[in-house]
Amino acid sequence: MPVVSFREALNQAMDEEMARDDRVFLMGEEVAEYNGAYKVSQGLLAKYGPRRIIDTPIAEAGFAGIGIGAAMVGLRPIVEFMTWNFSLVAFDQIVNHAAKMLSMSGGHFSVPMVFRGPGGAAHNLAATHSQALESIYAHFPGLKVVMPSNPKDAKGLLKTAIRDNNPIIFIESEVMYGEKGEIPEGEYTIPLGVGQVMKEGTDVTIVSWSKILQHVTVKAVQRLEDEGISVELIDPRTIKPMDWELIFNSVRKTNRLVVVEEGWPFAGVGAQISHEVSRNCFDDLDHPVERVTQEDVPLPYAHNLEVASLPNIQRVIRAVRKVLYID
Amino acid sequence: MTSSISALPAKQSDRLLGLPPDTLLKWYDEMLLIRRFEEKAGQLYGMGKIGGFCHLYNGQEAVSTGSVGAITLDDYVITAYRDHGLAISKGVDPKAIMAELLGKHTGTTKGKGGSMHIFDRTTNFLGGHAIVGGHIPIAAGAAFASKYRDQHLVCLCFMGDGATNIGEFHESLNLAALWKLPVIYIIENNKYGMGTAVDRASAVEDLVKKAAAYDMRNEVVVDGHDVLAVYKAVKAAVDHARATYEPSLLEVETFRFRGHSMSDPIHGHYRSKEEVESQKKLDPITVFGTVLIEEGLATEEYFESADKRIKAIVDECVTFTENSPEPPLDELFKDVYID
Repeated sequence: MPVVSFREALNQAMDEEMARDDRVFLMGEEVAEYNGAYKVSQGLLAKYGPRRIIDTPIAEAGFAGIGIGAAMVGLRPIVEFMTWNFSLVAFDQIVNHAAKMLSMSGGHFSVPMVFRGPGGAAHNLAATHSQALESIYAHFPGLKVVMPSNPKDAKGLLKTAIRDNNPIIFIESEVMYGEKGEIPEGEYTIPLGVGQVMKEGTDVTIVSWSKILQHVTVKAVQRLEDEGISVELIDPRTIKPMDWELIFNSVRKTNRLVVVEEGWPFAGVGAQISHEVSRNCFDDLDHPVERVTQEDVPLPYAHNLEVASLPNIQRVIRAVRKVLYID
Repeated sequence: MTSSISALPAKQSDRLLGLPPDTLLKWYDEMLLIRRFEEKAGQLYGMGKIGGFCHLYNGQEAVSTGSVGAITLDDYVITAYRDHGLAISKGVDPKAIMAELLGKHTGTTKGKGGSMHIFDRTTNFLGGHAIVGGHIPIAAGAAFASKYRDQHLVCLCFMGDGATNIGEFHESLNLAALWKLPVIYIIENNKYGMGTAVDRASAVEDLVKKAAAYDMRNEVVVDGHDVLAVYKAVKAAVDHARATYEPSLLEVETFRFRGHSMSDPIHGHYRSKEEVESQKKLDPITVFGTVLIEEGLATEEYFESADKRIKAIVDECVTFTENSPEPPLDELFKDVYID
């Protein structure tokens, strides 16, 4: 199987979908002549030209809205945010228009488009440039939220997202773009709303996604396994719709759940997972659901403070030991 | 109707812009329909049958009819929340609009959108949008798609004077000018954004000057009560957009005869009774009626018969609505996502 980087996987997904469907185009800041702020769109301008690979001014609300209008009348835009932090100045467009158009128009106008770009913290970017926003977007009916954790999923999920007829929030990670992984030969897609058991286990279930899954949770799981604790690790891949049955079935087997996410604790995705598991697996649980999140503060610049706020391996291990009643 | 056409002078006056008499009479009927429709909506609101916010178009009919008269069914129209008149002009079934106002399942959006959110795919009416300024980039998106597909369709984007102060207006104008998108921005300057006069909200009182920041073709229509003046300016902008893909910004001076919404009095603390009464002398329907008489295209008898026909249409809207069911409860979960 070919080995490609995360950014190459995303690039292949866009390239293949643009080749098969002329309605698909990419717009965003620096996506064309600069070949992408993070080189995700490398080479696409040369291949598809300025009609379909479009540099925008710094005007997120403006170009997000252009994408929505174009989608309403039949095109299939991919709008890249240089980071998801900048989507907040296009929040009105995404939330009031993209998310609600189908419902509010009584089914007259759908918005088949993808908003994509990197989310979450990188390094030393401080509070405004480090936000994990999946819980906010997952809150709104009408949006789907996709967060791949590896190149294979990134390609397969992005291809599906581009073909989906709803507005999709597709959140990547700046610090993962160079990470490599195997992808299948040739054409493949991965359905939205279908999670994956990354590793089977019997003692505890951990749900985690995107960068934190790879950079923190997987490493913590390795150490826990070394201690003799058998972890079942689930990557939901899509935050909304969530693959609830996959999680419930795992919890019914392990009787314990820890959710590890990058976002803030209050009203985070993990809070919703905890609630659903409490409702659906109450009799199966041997301990209340534990969560590992970022601290409830704006993320500081200084390295030591940044590290102190974000989820880390020790905190995951501590949470797992807690649900297992191990001191 | 035919008897009035037979009265057509041998040579048509220039002020009729070469438009066929049946088109002009259709415009008269359409403006009258909008007026009577809105009067009925006002009554039904007063009776508690229409809920939420409801913004009437009375007084601005010439803007809607003159503008939409300059485009085809395939072209796009998008506007803000004062949307009943423009929807009627674009050809949306007034029965479905009335049903929507009363939250019925036969409404334009099955009772999902209400007064501020009229949509209709078959007539390319892209809404009815209630977040001020939010629809303005979307208009550029429809125009973008037209150019992307080399269709030469245009999008008319209507907005109030108040919308010219919000960021999305400026981002949209910049992008449309930068990328040459065939969108015609039409400011319906009715002098007040709710209760705030233009000169209290905009550093530039001549709103059309905002086009200069984007080097955009622009024009002011001082006689916004004159359907022919509106048509002429919009037609020129549309022709220009079809030929060059370039956008225009038009400012149409108009006036709403009713309050901002149903909860706002017609005159009061922000505009005087005298101002409203003086503006009402420029009633677009009366003004156009006078033109039709002067040009020999219509008679008082025609107006009387038009009144009856329009009243029958509005009555039919009400009957249709009253006989329509509320949305079934399973509608709640429909159209949130699409397969």
